[in-house]
Amino acid sequence: MKKYIDTGKKDTRSGFGVGLLEAGKADPRVVALTADLKGSLKMDAFAAEFPDRFVQCGIAEANMVGVASGLAITGKVPFAGSFAEFITGRVYDQIRQEVAYGHTNVKLASSHAGITLGEDGATHQTMEDIALMRALPGMVVINPCDFNQTKNATIAAAKYDGPVYLRFGRPSVPNFTPEDEPFEIGKAYVMNEGKDVTIIATGHLVWEALQAAEALEAEGICAEVINVATIKPLDETTIVTSAIKTKGVVVAEEHNSAGGLGELVAGVLARRAPTPVEMVNGGDRFGQSGTPKELMAAYGLDAAHIAKAAKKVMNR
Amino acid sequence: MATIEEMKKVASQVRRDIIRMVCMAKSGHPGGSLSSTDILTTLYFGVMKQDPATWTREGKGQDMFILSAGHLAPVYYAVLARAGYYPASELATLRQYGSRIQGHPSVEHDLPGVSQCSGSLGQGLSVAAGLALGKKMSGEDSYAYVLCGDGETEEGQFWEAAMFAAHHNLDNLIAMTDWNGQQIDGPVDEVSGQGDLEAKWKAFGWNTIVADGHDIEAILGAYNEAKKINKSNGKPCMILFRTEMGHGVDFMAGTHKWHGKAPSEEQCAEALKQLEETLGDF
Repeated sequence: MKKYIDTGKKDTRSGFGVGLLEAGKADPRVVALTADLKGSLKMDAFAAEFPDRFVQCGIAEANMVGVASGLAITGKVPFAGSFAEFITGRVYDQIRQEVAYGHTNVKLASSHAGITLGEDGATHQTMEDIALMRALPGMVVINPCDFNQTKNATIAAAKYDGPVYLRFGRPSVPNFTPEDEPFEIGKAYVMNEGKDVTIIATGHLVWEALQAAEALEAEGICAEVINVATIKPLDETTIVTSAIKTKGVVVAEEHNSAGGLGELVAGVLARRAPTPVEMVNGGDRFGQSGTPKELMAAYGLDAAHIAKAAKKVMNR
Repeated sequence: MATIEEMKKVASQVRRDIIRMVCMAKSGHPGGSLSSTDILTTLYFGVMKQDPATWTREGKGQDMFILSAGHLAPVYYAVLARAGYYPASELATLRQYGSRIQGHPSVEHDLPGVSQCSGSLGQGLSVAAGLALGKKMSGEDSYAYVLCGDGETEEGQFWEAAMFAAHHNLDNLIAMTDWNGQQIDGPVDEVSGQGDLEAKWKAFGWNTIVADGHDIEAILGAYNEAKKINKSNGKPCMILFRTEMGHGVDFMAGTHKWHGKAPSEEQCAEALKQLEETLGDF
């Protein structure tokens, strides 16, 4: 199978920080807002380079979303950033009215998503955000898999005209996608071509899916691995084509089952190419404190669980 | 800019429009629309630098307005129509399927004059702060105005926005409260007393003005004064306009009962007797 090299572990939020700075240099309309999480969101470099285009909002996310929509109406391209829970669940109605229904060109920068936020525990670990953002008409939902892809997705989000939810995380994870590959919104990336089973993954679980595929290869199973970096709009064609070929699909995500990528893919396949599907996700529960690695294992969100699900779906 | 006499005529016609629109739609919010008619008429006809012929949602080079209390849609739509943003005949379509004038303001239907949707309360001050900040960032010397209900300021986001706007010295932001003392469930003091509203805004670092919201000369003076004090100290201004819910129609005046209720045909006829037709009904 295709080899992916980890060029050195990095956090995806730092990819956002680098991408934001680059987007800011390319386009003077780009501005950044945060609710007292400049450092956590890696906005320091942008704020230092463009102090007049950085807006500190204090711990007031609802107001931040409204201010961002106002800035967008005047022609700015605002990135409003906080922890994933506080830039989705906490401000859902503000996003719904001012960003989605208002059709404003706001980018919601969502860091520390999923359970790998780790030690802070369940209040800060959202496993529901993809479901919330997917539900909003017109909202683009992007969940890149590593530092490089997050950087490139940030640049693409700045160029796209419309609301975007950009999800990334806190822990350092393998960095393995091309450094400067332009990110295509709405494209599912086929990471490895296979014939026996399809593994569809998003975010941090793409690397785990590749590890699972390697383990399966050792057992003579050739897995196709697809990185769904854009959850909405979904690249249905790539998914359906693969499912017809392999006749078995695993969907892996750092998110709960309700409204996640698994249900989304299952819905598409039920409609276009009925195929057995197994899901690797957080289920229907809250997170807890622990190291990211401990939690991924405890919640079944790693390569071992993905490989197991692949064999299960092949036997159905 | 219109004269005070001209604005009085517009306001009378706008009140007729509100009553007729809500009666035709058989639902809507006449009470607060009638209490804020003079505030909004004066803003559009005597204060704001905004031209219907060159209006864009982005508002570059023009003053901008946000209706935070989206249920005041009838007065907003009537004032926009009378100011020339679209034909007054369109007011007959309020709340109808396919209409550009939705139950609450929308930007999905390309309605001229409306820069942002509203309806879910408490958010407009944040949006207007964003407009004001955007204009400052672009080096523009124009204003963002926002109209709020007094009951609406029970929403916590208002006070987030208040802190934000003062901290960021948004002296090009002028907010108006339609201070009619009523909300759906009853008088504001009974539902969720707000204490000393003026002191609250002052404590949040805002300039404040209290003015009679039914005296067009006083309203005009308040707007001009707001600009002057904002420039002098670099802060935003809240104008608390003392108003009466349902103003202009005796049986609607001063009670929360007409917050969100449409008049019957008979009540409509009775109300219209009290409001002079000055510019021709739509």
